[in-house]
Amino acid sequence: MVNATINGIAVAVPEGTTIMEAAEQIGIQIPRLCYLKGINEIGACRVCVVEVEGSDQLVTSCNHYVEEGMVVHTNSSRARRSRKTTLQLILSQHNQDCPVCSRNGTCTLQDIAGRMSILSVPFPKECEEYNWDDSFPIIRDASKCIKCMRCVNICEKVQGLGVWEVINTGYRTTIHVKDNLPIGEANCAACGQCVTHCPVGALTVRRDGNAVFDALDDPEITTVVQIAPAVRGAFAESLGLDRDAVTMGQLVAALKQIGFDYVFDTNFAADLTIMEEGSELLERLSHKDRYQWPMFTSCCPGWVRFLRSEYPDMVPQLSTAKSPQQMFGAVAKTYFAEKIGVSPDKLCVISIMPCSAKKYECSVSCMSADGAAPDVDIVMITREIMRFVQMAHLSLPDLPDLPFDSPLGSGTGAAVIFGASGGVMEAALRSAYFLLVGKNIEPEAFKEVRGLTERRELEVEVAGNTVRCAVVSSLGEARKLIEDVRAGRSQYEFVEVMACPGGCSGGGGQPIKDGEERAMVRADKLYRLDAANPLRYSHENPDVQTLYKEYLGAPMSHKAHELLHTDQAQWD
Amino acid sequence: MSRLEIKKSDAVQKSVERMYEVLERRMIAGAIDSCPADFHLGFLKMCHAQTCGKCASCRIGLRQLQNLLTDVLENRATVATLDLIRKTAKDIYDSADCAIGYEAARMIYNGVSECYDDYVRYIENGGYIDATKISVPCVDACPANVDIPGYVALVGEGRYEDAVRLIRKDNPFPTTCAYVCEHPCERKCRRRIIDSPINIRGIKRAAVDYAKDVPVEKCAPDTGKKVAVIGGGPSGLSAAYYLSLMGHRVTVFEAKPKLGGMLRYGIPSYRFPREKLQEDIDAILSLGVEVKRGTKVGQDITIQALILQYDAVYIAIGAHVDKKMGIEGEDAKNVVSAVDLLNKIGHDEFPDFTGENVVILGGGNVAMDCARSAVRLGAGKTSIVYRRRQEDMPALAAEIESAIAEGVEIRSLMVPLRIEKDEAGAVKGLWVKPQMIGPCDRKGRPSPKDSKKPEQFIPCDRVIVAIGQNIDYKHFENSGIEITRGVIDALDDGMIRDKEGVFAGGDCVTGPATVIRAIEGGKVAAANIDAFLGFKHMISCDVEIPADYVHNRLPCGRVNMVEREACERKCDFAGVELGMSEEEACQESSRCLRCDYYGYGSLKGGRTAQW
Repeated sequence: MVNATINGIAVAVPEGTTIMEAAEQIGIQIPRLCYLKGINEIGACRVCVVEVEGSDQLVTSCNHYVEEGMVVHTNSSRARRSRKTTLQLILSQHNQDCPVCSRNGTCTLQDIAGRMSILSVPFPKECEEYNWDDSFPIIRDASKCIKCMRCVNICEKVQGLGVWEVINTGYRTTIHVKDNLPIGEANCAACGQCVTHCPVGALTVRRDGNAVFDALDDPEITTVVQIAPAVRGAFAESLGLDRDAVTMGQLVAALKQIGFDYVFDTNFAADLTIMEEGSELLERLSHKDRYQWPMFTSCCPGWVRFLRSEYPDMVPQLSTAKSPQQMFGAVAKTYFAEKIGVSPDKLCVISIMPCSAKKYECSVSCMSADGAAPDVDIVMITREIMRFVQMAHLSLPDLPDLPFDSPLGSGTGAAVIFGASGGVMEAALRSAYFLLVGKNIEPEAFKEVRGLTERRELEVEVAGNTVRCAVVSSLGEARKLIEDVRAGRSQYEFVEVMACPGGCSGGGGQPIKDGEERAMVRADKLYRLDAANPLRYSHENPDVQTLYKEYLGAPMSHKAHELLHTDQAQWD
Repeated sequence: MSRLEIKKSDAVQKSVERMYEVLERRMIAGAIDSCPADFHLGFLKMCHAQTCGKCASCRIGLRQLQNLLTDVLENRATVATLDLIRKTAKDIYDSADCAIGYEAARMIYNGVSECYDDYVRYIENGGYIDATKISVPCVDACPANVDIPGYVALVGEGRYEDAVRLIRKDNPFPTTCAYVCEHPCERKCRRRIIDSPINIRGIKRAAVDYAKDVPVEKCAPDTGKKVAVIGGGPSGLSAAYYLSLMGHRVTVFEAKPKLGGMLRYGIPSYRFPREKLQEDIDAILSLGVEVKRGTKVGQDITIQALILQYDAVYIAIGAHVDKKMGIEGEDAKNVVSAVDLLNKIGHDEFPDFTGENVVILGGGNVAMDCARSAVRLGAGKTSIVYRRRQEDMPALAAEIESAIAEGVEIRSLMVPLRIEKDEAGAVKGLWVKPQMIGPCDRKGRPSPKDSKKPEQFIPCDRVIVAIGQNIDYKHFENSGIEITRGVIDALDDGMIRDKEGVFAGGDCVTGPATVIRAIEGGKVAAANIDAFLGFKHMISCDVEIPADYVHNRLPCGRVNMVEREACERKCDFAGVELGMSEEEACQESSRCLRCDYYGYGSLKGGRTAQW
């Protein structure tokens, strides 16, 4: 242990504890901008400086360890003055359009500037300008970038893609897409991790709210909205509410008030995905020599983009099953449209997703049941829909608890855990077991696949078949797994990959709380919803059963193939 | 008011003067990977601040050049802007009145011309995407990429064994480099911005001096692949070391009876004691490297045979053939080449020069080695004859200084004309033509020219020719290996065109160069031979590097190493340089700014953990 004094309080910490962490242990917060634990500890913003007695200069607290006998002052006038000047310098190159910034209220720079009582900036203002392809799901506004380098490191270290690069020297040093490519041509997975880890509004997800309003305003158009499983673990955060203080039913009520005609649940489509993907796995297993192994899950478009750009030869190993979002869209524009007697071109399907890459997925040209209009017209991320709720000045806790509409509104517990890393695997195994053995296994039999990014492995014996399964989240971990598979170090039959750490719960479209990784907290909520659901197996979803009976026939049928499967190699 | 006054600088002038001194140091330590346009603009601003403003072309021209460069940097320029910059710069050069103006314009003209392609790429890409951003300047400057901040920090904590292990990750000759490395790392040391570069070689010397027995790392499992290394000098042995670690079976073919190459047969023992060399060699051989001493490829065995018998071959034969002056009387008795003299000493044969007048021709480190050896062999008077000035000598300043301290005379600006023989055909003396220094050549080096003074006679008993070495490439050339300008033509990855599995490196590829360049050649070859054999063995080191601690960066003198007293050391061949005390090594280490931990190093991780 090392002993030190911080702001007059004695503290003893293990060797290798930073000043920032030691201060936190005794309840002293040191402001920071660029710091991301374990990912970006580079002392770039100089905001976390503190005074260490005997040191000629101030010291960054994020990357200096506590030393024996150290006397630290986190709020000395010298530290405070320097911090304030640094913030003013950063603000002088930051486009402070706060009221019209999507990060208004969740911006770390805004928060610190407020706390430091910065009421003016004595330096001339100069903001970087840069043209950006606004059609891509990830938007960069150079005029707001504070060069904290978080995006560079999150993409490099966590996602293993290195899309962002530091270019130029001197004051022109800034962030560019690698090799100066237009973002749409780079190997960006559109996962949005750089967005959720950006402390300011420099990186955002494309907003599509106006198109939604156009649809809502058009009396000819019937609007159908679906809500992804992971949204329910997180949406309350946007309102500053406890996650148990509001229910999904209240969000349904809000959407109805905003004017959506039908509010459905992506969980329905998640159960449908399990039926198709589970059946596909069993089909591949019964003709093992015809396929390359393992089979990969395909519901995460960030992961699909990653595989397409990094390992194109392995794309055929993706399950051909569409993602729940796209299955929903295909069923809505056919089965449901017929059922309510509305022409599909008068139907606008909107998704509420925790994910920026879903905006790309819905635009893939082959995602169209009629070959013309997209199955899903517009994707809104969690943050966007919560702005809609705020825009309507709705108080969610005061709204009634409404059920989802029928017939695409039911979902099992197996579907809701799609939102957590390991959930697809767990749900698939529950149903695969049933399909092979003819009876249900205990629902939590496969819970050891739950977790964050680390690789989880599981060998399942089902009716004499051994299925070696693995689950990872984050593209960096995915790359490691693939490299192991390609080098013959690991062998699996079934692998689930989600691009974002922790899966969709940690998705790039989820509410942002700087400095907190909330994927596990949100996943916990999803697992509780699963446990509370009387139906915990996808094959028991009554609406899915009806859909097969009335429309599709059986999983993997010709009709199912037409509507619910895709060839990812053909994606554009 | 007095008619005349004594000149004094006022406080402002003193302040500016101080800043210029700092700027000079800062420029030497400057980043060489900055965006050229940004750097040129900065340079131009600096120059313009010195302009008095009298003349139009300088006063306005340098300003307009800045505007045009700014247009490039702000992405308002086209390729036509570059032509305007060059044209304007040229015209300013032609018309400016004084050096402040025309030299600034000339530098910009040259700079933009030399970096033209980079400028065009900047304009096309809308920014400088080629900046490599060197995070750790010393490591970047080291040909072998040794983890300098890492081992400096380890020495600072007294972890000498760990320091040696860390050095060996990139350089299997830690002791050798502790004594004789030319330390290109120190030139770019960022500490220079504050005071002076840290004494990196001295710190390495402390590491090897105070480290107890440091066993080598474990070899990877045997791959069954056989590699022949031709030449047991620093390059060949470096390749042998890493290839062995990678699990390959290495055989070194050495023409001479002992290993070490120029380290033994080129560097006299007073600079690098033989037992110290043996430490490095023993460590390398402890990996199980097979050595065939006294086996000259081309004489005892052919390279064709090696290509057939081995899976890969690395040629590292060095540069061991002396260059001739080509002057009259060079065939006289007692005219010897530096290679021959140092080779003899390497074999522990010490010729007796007692009372002789010895003249050495040349101005490089080898000339200094010969001169200082001659002193130790008993020479009555030792003189170095060199055609340029002392400051133009390629030898390290410290070497020249030591030679002078040991009584060596420097006869600069003398071109040897002929050697006069006595009746017995022995050297009687050297005729030289005095020179004067003249205009600079294209590399900026001043050339000597005839000073029109009369020829001079330097009486002497012995002449040692130290004007460079050549490569003994005949056998290799006959075997179809391409020779270009006297050296083996190898690619940057060590491969030889159209000779699958044959690699080359070290002096025989670069021409006579430094130990660390030779080590680099061996390291590069080892990595690429491993890949050629179908493997990807990584060389790493599990030593944990200390984090930096909070301390002040106030200016502090650099600890230099001292030598034994000149009058004592010049009488023997024992080591002359005295290492640092632990106290000194610790203070010197603490001067390191830890560029691996701060600045760009913290963004990019600061080190290459494996290669």
